[in-house]
Amino acid sequence: MTVDASVAPARWHQAVIERILPRTPHVISVFLRAPLEPHVAGQHVDVRLTASDGYQAQRSYSIASAPGTEGIELAVERLENGEVSSFFHDVARPGDTIEVRGPIGGYFVWRVEDGGPILLIAGGSGIVPLMAIARDWSIAEPKTSVLLVYSARTWEELVFRDELLNIQAREPRFAFIATITRGPRHRPEDFDRRLDRSLVRQILTHWGHSPRDVYVCGSNTFVEAVTSSLVQEAVPAAIIRTERFGGKD
Amino acid sequence: MSTRGFLGRRPSDEVAHRLPPGQYQTEDFPVLAKGPTPRVDRAAWRFTINDGSRPLASWTWAQFEALPQTIWRGDIHCVTKWSKLDTTWGGVTIDDLFQAAGITPPSAYLLAESHDDYDTNLPVADLLGGKAMIATRFAGKPLEAEHGGPARLLVPHLYFWKSAKWIKGLRFTSHDEAGFWEQRGYHMVGDPWREQRYTNDP
Repeated sequence: MTVDASVAPARWHQAVIERILPRTPHVISVFLRAPLEPHVAGQHVDVRLTASDGYQAQRSYSIASAPGTEGIELAVERLENGEVSSFFHDVARPGDTIEVRGPIGGYFVWRVEDGGPILLIAGGSGIVPLMAIARDWSIAEPKTSVLLVYSARTWEELVFRDELLNIQAREPRFAFIATITRGPRHRPEDFDRRLDRSLVRQILTHWGHSPRDVYVCGSNTFVEAVTSSLVQEAVPAAIIRTERFGGKD
Repeated sequence: MSTRGFLGRRPSDEVAHRLPPGQYQTEDFPVLAKGPTPRVDRAAWRFTINDGSRPLASWTWAQFEALPQTIWRGDIHCVTKWSKLDTTWGGVTIDDLFQAAGITPPSAYLLAESHDDYDTNLPVADLLGGKAMIATRFAGKPLEAEHGGPARLLVPHLYFWKSAKWIKGLRFTSHDEAGFWEQRGYHMVGDPWREQRYTNDP
């Protein structure tokens, strides 16, 4: 076994905030210009902020943009008492400089040559790294099938919703199903209930493909529930990759 | 150079000096894992120490529970930036484990191996002298599956990815062989006080 030097990030770089775009009531996209190495869909960056007295705070944010597109898009959810997320939501503006390090992560990643079929399951802001995969897939000549199951409290809280609807309208091999837990569904193919085992079974059966790789990202509660259901429905644990945030919903 | 308008939320001095660089305190206990949580049955559980491919010692759950038990209290640090202070763990120190099996380490490095095909590399010296244990209890209760139960490695002076969850054994290796995350961009040692997060960090 050897160490893959290509996944080792360099040191901190200056990054300029080019644009900030509201996505949902709680999520903004922050577009950065920074001299980072090209990333792979699914990777994240570390962000560092420095106060005037030298105090620093670091956090990790998944990259939403596809590899090869200009700039880096992060999506930042406002967290209650979030030290860094409140800076992005309340203080940051275009032209500001922060520090970034990355790209980081060599496992929760998808490359075009990995192929598919790909099953993507997102809870809330867990969509971010999966969005990079969906975008990367749609930019490449998509010959393989993708199913994105995306759970959010309401239709309005689906980050990147219109773009996902556009990909689905354009690409017959891209299936997008929203599961809405605290509001009505808006399309007949969506669901207004939690993604429990019976719904996982129903969705997989309807899709009709056996995934080559499964990516699940969301709160730990969400990821635990979904991955347990998948394993019980005979999806091999070894093909399921997870990324989890927070201890709670 | 400072970030315009960033004020930050500083921890108290008492907490600040316990936080390695780049870390923040959490009251939660976040869960990170590469895949689904394995459900490991205590009745079928075995813990095995190997020298390369040669087994040196093995314990069932009941045999393991009969080994000398140690309590450890202190702070843990995850490479994803959170630190959790004043945690309490119970289990069997690696010193006691080696002594029970009459093992003198045959090499200076090993891999901790898990039920989900995860592994992580460690210098043997980092596990001895009371610095590490196979933990089976957290806060006085049996270790939950999400946090690595029935048993996980606990090496609290290194970033927590080294504290392999769902551990099934230790394997001595002739040299320092990169484990799962160490092959994927993370540091071979992982000392939080030196901020050794990623492969090329000093």
